[in-house]
Amino acid sequence: MSRATLLDSRQFLARKSFIELNARERAQALMDQGTFRELLGPFDRLESPWLPMQGVVPQADDGLIVARGRIGGKDSVILAIEGRFQGGSAGEVSGAKMTAALDLAHEDGEKGRPIQVVLLLETGGVRLQEANLGLEAIAEINSSLVALRQHVPVIGVIAGMVGCFGGMSITASLCSYLIMTREARLGLNGPEVIEEIAGIEEFDARDRQFIWGVTGGEQRHATGFADDLVEDDVEAVKKCIIEAFGLGIPSKHRSEQVDDYLKRLAAIDVSDQLECSAVRKLEWKKESL
Amino acid sequence: MEILTFEYPVSQPVEHRAHVGVVGSGDLEVLLEPSSDQKAHVRVSTSVDGFGNIWKLVLDRFFSRYQGAASIEIHDFGATPGIVTLRLEQAVERSQS
Repeated sequence: MSRATLLDSRQFLARKSFIELNARERAQALMDQGTFRELLGPFDRLESPWLPMQGVVPQADDGLIVARGRIGGKDSVILAIEGRFQGGSAGEVSGAKMTAALDLAHEDGEKGRPIQVVLLLETGGVRLQEANLGLEAIAEINSSLVALRQHVPVIGVIAGMVGCFGGMSITASLCSYLIMTREARLGLNGPEVIEEIAGIEEFDARDRQFIWGVTGGEQRHATGFADDLVEDDVEAVKKCIIEAFGLGIPSKHRSEQVDDYLKRLAAIDVSDQLECSAVRKLEWKKESL
Repeated sequence: MEILTFEYPVSQPVEHRAHVGVVGSGDLEVLLEPSSDQKAHVRVSTSVDGFGNIWKLVLDRFFSRYQGAASIEIHDFGATPGIVTLRLEQAVERSQS
């Protein structure tokens, strides 16, 4: 599926940008009108205890919004990462909020009260100032996500502009369905890290066209790593999420197709560097669900 | 990081709490709540050290117009005085709606 078609000027002006909203506004915009309710909000002051010790200003919700409400009339929880706070990084507190919410949704699922779960991923991965605690947080999130997705589909949305990198890119790939915009990026390592390791001739982090050509939403969708490509518009994103929930739990999650992916990797001729357009021509698409 | 505190005598009660902003580059987060006495209390955590006098000027000016008995916590990530004032006014507006 792909909803991202070029808009004419009237459509362009009429749309409401999703990317320009902060995390809380995104969650509010996706919930049905009047149903948004925040859990562990800023006034609960669950801040990172580690940031001030290192001279870094904390945020009162540690950059993770937990919202309950309804999407398309159905009980839902949205976990929205604030990309503008510390690059959306996962710390001890924000990670624990995420894991706890996933576990509660899991319990409800087991009790026969399925709750739709949406992750709004806008993150560089582990928060370096919290080191091992951040790493552990991501391990817990991923383990809770894998347990939860047997009961309800978990929808990941990467809208941009931060994108989704590091350990959280694994979280994105564990989702039942992944939705991206053209502006979003998905990658295990960020461009600067790859440039540092592989050299600028191999990977130039300043070359935006190249970076989006490799990790951008359009490429990730065309090569089967994202299930849907959506326009940067609140209603379009919401529609896309509702349709993804309508598909139910995938018969085989992407992460359960390890052997297939390894087989495909092994078949690639690495004697020449692949162009981004050539990657799209590989027999690389996710098996039909 | 620097932590600054300020206090102002005020006369009006505050009814609702309000939260605005993000601790992102050039921006700040404001948490405004009713205070328990007839004073406004402001606690600023800022990522930029050495601008206490500017914070005092911005807040003196703000409290020359605003009379709410509010407890205000600010998490600042390098916002300019203009942005700080706008966020404070936005918080007040939210607390009145």
